[in-house]
Amino acid sequence: MLKMTHLSKVYRTEVVETYALRDFNIDVKEGEFVAVTGPSGSGKTTFLTIAGLLETFTGGEYHLDGVEVSHLNDNARSKIRNEKIGFIFQAFNLIPDLNVFDNVEVPLRYRGMKSAERKKRIMESLERVGLASRAKHYPAELSGGQQQRVAIARALAGSPRLLLADEPTGNLDTQMARSVLELLEEIHREGATIVMVTHDPELAARAQRNVHVIDGQVVDLAEDPRFHAHVAQVAEATHGR
Amino acid sequence: MFAYYFQLGLRSLRRNPILTALMVMAIGFGVAASMTTYSVFRATSNNPIPQKSSQLFAVQIDNWGPEDNDKGEPASSLNYTDSIALMKAHKAKRQTALYPVGLAAVPADANLLPFRTNGYAVYGDAFPMFDMPFLYGGGWSSAEDDGHAAVVVIARSINDKLFNGANSVGREINLDGHNYRVTGVLDSWDPKPLFFDPVNTSGFDDPVDLFIPFTRAIELKMSTNGNNNCNKNPGDGWDAWLHSECIWAQFWVEAPSKADVDTYRQFLQGYAAEQQRAGRFHWAPNVRTRDVMDWLDHQNVVPAESKISLLVAMGFLLICLVNTVGLLLAKFMRRAPEIGVRRALGASRREIYGQFLIEAGTVGLAGGLLGLLLTGLGVFGVSLVFDPKIARLATLDASLVALTMLVAVLATVLAAFYPTWRAAQVQPAWQLKSN
Repeated sequence: MLKMTHLSKVYRTEVVETYALRDFNIDVKEGEFVAVTGPSGSGKTTFLTIAGLLETFTGGEYHLDGVEVSHLNDNARSKIRNEKIGFIFQAFNLIPDLNVFDNVEVPLRYRGMKSAERKKRIMESLERVGLASRAKHYPAELSGGQQQRVAIARALAGSPRLLLADEPTGNLDTQMARSVLELLEEIHREGATIVMVTHDPELAARAQRNVHVIDGQVVDLAEDPRFHAHVAQVAEATHGR
Repeated sequence: MFAYYFQLGLRSLRRNPILTALMVMAIGFGVAASMTTYSVFRATSNNPIPQKSSQLFAVQIDNWGPEDNDKGEPASSLNYTDSIALMKAHKAKRQTALYPVGLAAVPADANLLPFRTNGYAVYGDAFPMFDMPFLYGGGWSSAEDDGHAAVVVIARSINDKLFNGANSVGREINLDGHNYRVTGVLDSWDPKPLFFDPVNTSGFDDPVDLFIPFTRAIELKMSTNGNNNCNKNPGDGWDAWLHSECIWAQFWVEAPSKADVDTYRQFLQGYAAEQQRAGRFHWAPNVRTRDVMDWLDHQNVVPAESKISLLVAMGFLLICLVNTVGLLLAKFMRRAPEIGVRRALGASRREIYGQFLIEAGTVGLAGGLLGLLLTGLGVFGVSLVFDPKIARLATLDASLVALTMLVAVLATVLAAFYPTWRAAQVQPAWQLKSN
């Protein structure tokens, strides 16, 4: 479904080159639920934005659903984003001026879907996340958990084959985080491919497979000392709370 | 997607109401200033006879010579001698000499008081030449011109006043104590500018009430109701004046093709050369033919203040638009996170362009509505600046309403190109990361 080979992403200024990703390799199969973990600044989010075609890469290859995407123009990339990818963000990223119904409608509008079909899909998605009764509410009138559910409904409305989630529970309390995670697991059981970036080892443990990123590279978890150092650091931080 | 973007645009008007109000005011005031001044400019620079303006030519013959003419330019009027000579030569498809006459109409109904009329003494060719529309009857024949016939063509307003709007063809009216038979009643005809006589009207005057034959007017020794310019004393008496070099008549010819125009110019040149040979002109032939628009331009029919105020207003609109660019930029860039989300959800750059340009269009629409209101007030107040005869021509008609809205929307969309380009360059990844 998603395959990156020797992929690199370099941010260049006049004086310095910064590698966000370096010789990055990952292969996510159709129907997998993969958690991408790693410390802050390791390149997880850069990986996710490149995976979601929101950013270009400097070198290497990226095949999405069998298509090499590096030569696609903006229109083609946008079309793929719209039809094949669903995004779930840590900050929910709902449009504050639009109500719940209109927020979920956004990707369907770009798909040029007929009104009746849009309405059907929107209500199905909202029912699925338990927020059909809140269709006319604005984001500011919802709790964080509800907003994230709306974001999930928006991602699901277009029936994407790949769900990309960036710290989906990062802004939620434990109870809300659990319910959102259960929802993601349910979606995965129904056949969706999910790639989730997270700091949280507990959350990562719920995924089928973990990929650890350090310094812009996928590392072998068993052998890389940097991974063990990171795990110790997280454990210490958790106990310290 | 247009309806969707338009709907988003309307919503955005409610968002940041202060910013929106500033933009709407900037566009509204800018458009209103330019449309108000344009309404005056349009009225004064209008082509009064578009279907024929390139076929009708005002004739100038320099009968005063280099000592008295205006830096080599022949005078704008002809004298009687030249007018009659050109009429007799009959070298154009149609031609007419003309001059304004003021006549007192005496109604047959004793209950009505006599009243002054603004008339013109013309030849019968004038009616088909100037495409005058008839409600009843028509003009008079060349035989009637030659016979100095006591005939008249009256305007609809005079027909309404004297005959209660009935078909008055064949009936008589009394003008300055002489009876004239009505040959025709004109339908509404009030070309602005009054192209055939800007010399005496500056292009804008009350509508013409009636037309009588030139030959009849001369026979009755009717002097001009307009300008009479002499470069030397014409002597005493009507005949001395009539055959002097005093200039007071306009002369128009109809030349449908370029070949006709060239032929007529050659004729004029030949006529002036003949006058030189005869010892009347002591200078080389100096003649001109100008079509309607050239003639109006030559006569400076568009007032200088109209041109200047239009330029100033356009400058003001430009300043308003520059401000709008800044305000739109602020409005759009404030929504960078939304742009990031929309891009992530499948909007291409083209769609971002579409959304934001249409949104700018809705701002322009709101600005246009305000501009319309202000243009209405502006047109109402034009008389404070311009001559009342010109001011009354400035009207907020359907075409000005449409133009005001069009200019407001187009100008705003144009102003939105740079802010929209910036909005389309928003990197979704950066926006989503920074959230």
